[in-house]
Amino acid sequence: MAEATPAGAPGLKPAEIVGTGRSAGPEVTTFTLANGLQVVVIPDRRAPVVTHMIWYKVGSADESRGESGIAHFLEHLMFKGTEKNPAGAFSHAVAELGGQENAFTSYDYTSYFQRVAREHLKTVMAFEADRMEGLQLTDDVVDPERDVILEERRSRVEGDPGAQLGEAVAAALFVNHPYGAPIIGWEHEIEKLDRRHAIAFYDRFYTPNNAILVVAGDVGADEVRALAEETYGKVARRAETGARLRPREPEPRAARRVQLSDPRVTQPSIQRNYLAPSYETAEGDRAYALDLLSQIMGGGTTARVYRALVVDKAIAANAGAWYHGDALDDGRFAIYAVPRDGRALIELEAAIDEEIAKIAADGPTASELERAKTRLVADTIYAQDSQATLARIYGASLATGGTIEDVREWPSRIRAVSAESVRDAAREVLDKRRSVTGELVAAPAAASRP
Amino acid sequence: MSAAPTLAAQTPARATDIQRVKTPGGAEAWLVEENTVPVISVEIAFRGGAAQDPEGKAGLVSLMTTLLDEGAGDMPADVFQETLEEKAIELSFSSNRDAVTASLRTLPENLDEAFRLLTEALASPRFDEDAVERMCGQLSAQLRRDALDPDDLAGRVFFAEAFPGHPYGRPTRGAIDSLESISRADLVSVHRKVIARDNVVIGAVGAIQPERLATLVDHLLAGLPETAELVTVPTVAPQGVGSTVVVTLDVPQSSIVFGRPGPLRNDESFIPAYVVNHILGGGSFSSRLFTEVREKRGLAYSVYSYLSPYDHSGLLLGGVATRNDRAGQSIDLIRSEIVRIADEGPTSKELESAKKFLIGSYALRFDTSAKIANQLVQLQLDHLGADYISKRNSMVAAVTEAEIRAAAKSLFGEGDLFVVAVGKPTGLPGAVVRAAPGAGGSKADAAV
Repeated sequence: MAEATPAGAPGLKPAEIVGTGRSAGPEVTTFTLANGLQVVVIPDRRAPVVTHMIWYKVGSADESRGESGIAHFLEHLMFKGTEKNPAGAFSHAVAELGGQENAFTSYDYTSYFQRVAREHLKTVMAFEADRMEGLQLTDDVVDPERDVILEERRSRVEGDPGAQLGEAVAAALFVNHPYGAPIIGWEHEIEKLDRRHAIAFYDRFYTPNNAILVVAGDVGADEVRALAEETYGKVARRAETGARLRPREPEPRAARRVQLSDPRVTQPSIQRNYLAPSYETAEGDRAYALDLLSQIMGGGTTARVYRALVVDKAIAANAGAWYHGDALDDGRFAIYAVPRDGRALIELEAAIDEEIAKIAADGPTASELERAKTRLVADTIYAQDSQATLARIYGASLATGGTIEDVREWPSRIRAVSAESVRDAAREVLDKRRSVTGELVAAPAAASRP
Repeated sequence: MSAAPTLAAQTPARATDIQRVKTPGGAEAWLVEENTVPVISVEIAFRGGAAQDPEGKAGLVSLMTTLLDEGAGDMPADVFQETLEEKAIELSFSSNRDAVTASLRTLPENLDEAFRLLTEALASPRFDEDAVERMCGQLSAQLRRDALDPDDLAGRVFFAEAFPGHPYGRPTRGAIDSLESISRADLVSVHRKVIARDNVVIGAVGAIQPERLATLVDHLLAGLPETAELVTVPTVAPQGVGSTVVVTLDVPQSSIVFGRPGPLRNDESFIPAYVVNHILGGGSFSSRLFTEVREKRGLAYSVYSYLSPYDHSGLLLGGVATRNDRAGQSIDLIRSEIVRIADEGPTSKELESAKKFLIGSYALRFDTSAKIANQLVQLQLDHLGADYISKRNSMVAAVTEAEIRAAAKSLFGEGDLFVVAVGKPTGLPGAVVRAAPGAGGSKADAAV
């Protein structure tokens, strides 16, 4: 339960957004209830199961300063019961139905889901609608859960120097925007969070007009509409959330470097992160071009960075790139490399810079661009094999400002991107002044004080 | 819930229609025809995984496996991988202790090309010198990265000490020095021994007619040797039960792995044991360990137990990660829960709930083509028969309270565990304390 999703998490990248493609894909329906809840229905009739997800348009970037981690903490606390359904009742019911459930928090959204046999859809909808307005918390359940989250943070971050570097890179890249704080929160701030913070956050953001219901599976739109009216339709608008305006990043001017050295680092690595426009903030086809750029630069063993550093120069054990563009505000483009034994990070960095300079000067070749397009469009067809994947793609896109049409049109817009657009995206975004370079290096064990 | 499913009534409708395709060449492949989505998934497994690594060459099968898509036939690695990419064919190879597996995903119009590449990769891998060096470098980097990862380290120490002198005690990915000792001749030899026709199982899902699958499979197998040459792996019980090993590492949280003997997959007690473990520490938010360790006391984010039936040893395994000063308390609590369920058995209500969950959730293992292909292969590896899917829920439903109590007694015994803790745990009296492998650059560091 309750995982914090890092930026660029597989499965949530726009690179996997589905669309029509040459095979028609599912006929997606959307409508909005009177209380403002948007509903999306994705048919998948292959098996008598449904995936039921509620997406709240609130994430860690919506937290007040000094209260990092409250979005994720609340996500855990949503399992602690309501007046109607005491703690554990929902999870117990899902288990008895042979269902699976979980939840996750990201920078821009928080999502809860269950997967059950189709005939149990109404049951999980009723429970989920109930906890949209009826959450009840006592210190008896909040206090141990804070300890659980501190253990979660220890597992994810404190035992992993690479994760600690990741936090430092994000904090340096986002000098003004809340994407600079970790989704799970800073340890010293988590320690201070309590029941009042959680309830205040809940009352401010958990309301039908700030949520999207996605149902994928063996069910029709009319049936979902009737069930939604009966369950979620009874939930009152609890708050007016207004526009999602966060502090914006100033135009970056200084290339930054951070280095984490720790005796537990046994394999060094280097990463370069750039502030990059997202699908929501980009103009024209820039975000699409960035997805192709990341595929061409680092999307696999035929990509440029891998080819140059791992295969041709044989200085790296691994290398790649990713783009996190499904963000409400400016996101990130990153390139990373892991040296072969005995190779220096600076050597890898120079080789990365060389590849960036090449693509910024000349753009991709025609065959490279075609391969990258084929790959990204095929991903959207493969995604049709999984209703859970489809539900996540639609939910994540809609929760970060996209529309159903954006998702459906994604493959044709990817196909339309020119080599010049990819080159221009490289020129503008892969500019060192927009970047943070992070190095993970070994340090000798701390000597005892004399 | 009044809406609970009728026990045993639900079977995963889509996957029960398995065709056992017999090929003209005498092979067999299991097929689920599925025409709704334009995706074909194929999985192929060969019995004989990392347990086939010779002494001193740990990681050989793993390295051989990663080299299968690094050039084959007349295509060097770059050509092979570009050819895959041009048609967005996904082909990957993996290995575990008992098997080597190929997974293929393709659009239907590229099926012939996908099988051509798969066939080349399995029958004629090149093991070019530069590719070997590259993959060795990649695996070594992973070993170095994980050398001091608390969870990874705990798992490696557990297996090394539970299976001394047995192939399962060796690290499946090898160690940096053992990888360096591997020659091209070793790779060619182990490929010849493991990738063969008499130890293969095949599952396919998607828009393929049985006749076409038969042709593709026969062509695929034609290039492979008739018989595998597998070394015999003795079937053993894990050792160390009753003891605790601490590997000291300067981290604020202790990563703990615990285990004891468990049933093999074909033991009669497997299903009752599976059910009773689900109640103790299985995968829902209602298990006893989850409730006691996490919900009530906030001792850990993750705590779980599961049955791990390898081909040559059965295990009950579990894990917990908790603040160093709560390690003793957490392990004591887990042990007392194990003793309690061994002594008293689960309640009737718990048994009923567990059955409902296990029966109802079975269908979710079959909701994508890749998952179905994986099930088809796993059923064959486990010798369970094509009708297992339609029988399985009835078998779970039929488990009696007496069988559950017997299974709990034999699975959990007196609650003795072999415990490995990595970190600076307190409250683990009698533990044997080891230093973590050095954090410097010495080459054998990743070996445990």
